[in-house]
Amino acid sequence: MRAPMALRPFSYFWAQFVKTWIGDISTTFFTPLLFLASIGAGLGSLIGHGEALPSLGGENYLSFVAPALLAATAMQVAIARATYDVFGYCNYWTGAYRSMQASPIGISQIVTGQLAWIGVRALLASALFLPVSAAFGAVRSPAAALDLVVGPLVGLAFATPIAAYAVLVRHDQPFTIIFRLLMAPLFLFSGMFFPITQLPVGLRYLAYAMPLWHGTELSRDCYYGHFHVGADIGHLCYLIGVALMGAIAARATFRRRLAR
Amino acid sequence: MGEALVLARGLEKHFGDFAAVAGIDFEVRKGEAFGFLGPNGAGKSSTMRLVGATSTRTAGELEVLGLDPDKHGPEIRARLGVVPQEDNLDLELSVSDNLFVYGRYFGLPRKQLHKRIVELLDFAQLAERSRDRVDNLSGGLKRRLTIARALVNDPALLLLDEPTTGLDPQARHLLWDRLYSLKQQGVTLVLTTHYMEEAEQLCDRLVVMDKAHIIAEGSPRELVERYVTREVVELRFGAGGAPAEGALRGRANGLVKRVETVADRVLLYTDQGDVTAEHFSSSGPSPVSTLVRRGGLEDVFLTLTGRQLND
Repeated sequence: MRAPMALRPFSYFWAQFVKTWIGDISTTFFTPLLFLASIGAGLGSLIGHGEALPSLGGENYLSFVAPALLAATAMQVAIARATYDVFGYCNYWTGAYRSMQASPIGISQIVTGQLAWIGVRALLASALFLPVSAAFGAVRSPAAALDLVVGPLVGLAFATPIAAYAVLVRHDQPFTIIFRLLMAPLFLFSGMFFPITQLPVGLRYLAYAMPLWHGTELSRDCYYGHFHVGADIGHLCYLIGVALMGAIAARATFRRRLAR
Repeated sequence: MGEALVLARGLEKHFGDFAAVAGIDFEVRKGEAFGFLGPNGAGKSSTMRLVGATSTRTAGELEVLGLDPDKHGPEIRARLGVVPQEDNLDLELSVSDNLFVYGRYFGLPRKQLHKRIVELLDFAQLAERSRDRVDNLSGGLKRRLTIARALVNDPALLLLDEPTTGLDPQARHLLWDRLYSLKQQGVTLVLTTHYMEEAEQLCDRLVVMDKAHIIAEGSPRELVERYVTREVVELRFGAGGAPAEGALRGRANGLVKRVETVADRVLLYTDQGDVTAEHFSSSGPSPVSTLVRRGGLEDVFLTLTGRQLND
């Protein structure tokens, strides 16, 4: 049986990945590991002497930070792919999308394949982070395995709208803005390092509007095996909704850029 | 005469108000090498993208391999080989990885693909470079790889958009040799070029395009016979410049059928080259240099449009 059209681009993404994974492993693995060790374990040992605190939802600081770090890592990996990869593949210096277009693969399958691959990369990052955080003693419940769904969802909620934008740009400078003005503040102020209730009201609502906070909340519930059903369904729907709207936008913008 | 693999009637492609292809008719038959000859911007590449089922037409009819590309793009593309104007190889991947990845786009099974890659590397004379990164290949080798890649699915029709533009003469001749061998194997070729020599070497039949229209059609030989004389005398005049065309015509004694001035050269179209050259050297202001050559496609183009091709 021949591979489904939308999965055929994977042969290219995989070949690229095999060439570059050693460089990639720093963002997908070592950086979160360093955060976990320094902030989670190191700084965490000073916060309440490493004991569980009511202000942290009854968890110690390490367990408070770890699940959020998983969601943030999925976000970072997905944004990196949705910006530089998409930009590179639709420009002539690699011409990957153009090559695909000459084959039976259609534009909508290029979009689907590209976004699915970003989902796979976020999944891989989540799958690497989970056992490490378990080794640190941050995982409280086997339900943490559900983060293998949450991670890719968070990644896609960022990746789909950003990919929709990245396919249109002619220079890569705007990506610096995405990294510095979107990703970095989200990383710091989405309730990962301190409860979001500590934020001033205006900023808090801004954080609520972004996918990372929803991912952080979901990820924590998975790690602790303690679900807030109503809220969690809300988080899931929000992430899926943003990812889908982004995917629809990407379908339109990829077509605009690639169809002639 | 083989069946028509491509059939276009009144084919048009517009980008906004700009007509890149303004109503052209042509057909490509099985087993032939068919060329689009014309200057940059004539509409050759736009036509190729329409035939390649990656661009939708604005008006007219188009059939490729018996199917409408607007409705059956994937089926058509599955049976086409495409060599784009600019190599879009992946520079970071190896030669054989580029072939492998591309073959997978066509859904070829791994085992079959590995066998095919060996054949293709052999054909493109790249077997010894198969593990090299594409980055390290010369322009000519990259081009050969792009052509090998286009053959991965054993296409019924191979489309080549300016296959040898930017290559040195040696690399170009090697590539012509490879394309000629494909032709011998019965592969149908459609190519665009702005090199006369290339069209004369490779094409059984060609159309001349200018400003989105087809302005002539035939075999290279037919076109030369129809539009130009057997020989052309090129006169080059020095600092004083070329005399007026009318004055030259007056001196021609009926030897010359047509006079064309191109920069500092004067082209005299004649069936008696040596006699004409002799005549113009012995009377009146004598040219700095005189060259007698056979009439070619360049002259066809000049005759049809009054301007040079490589503009």
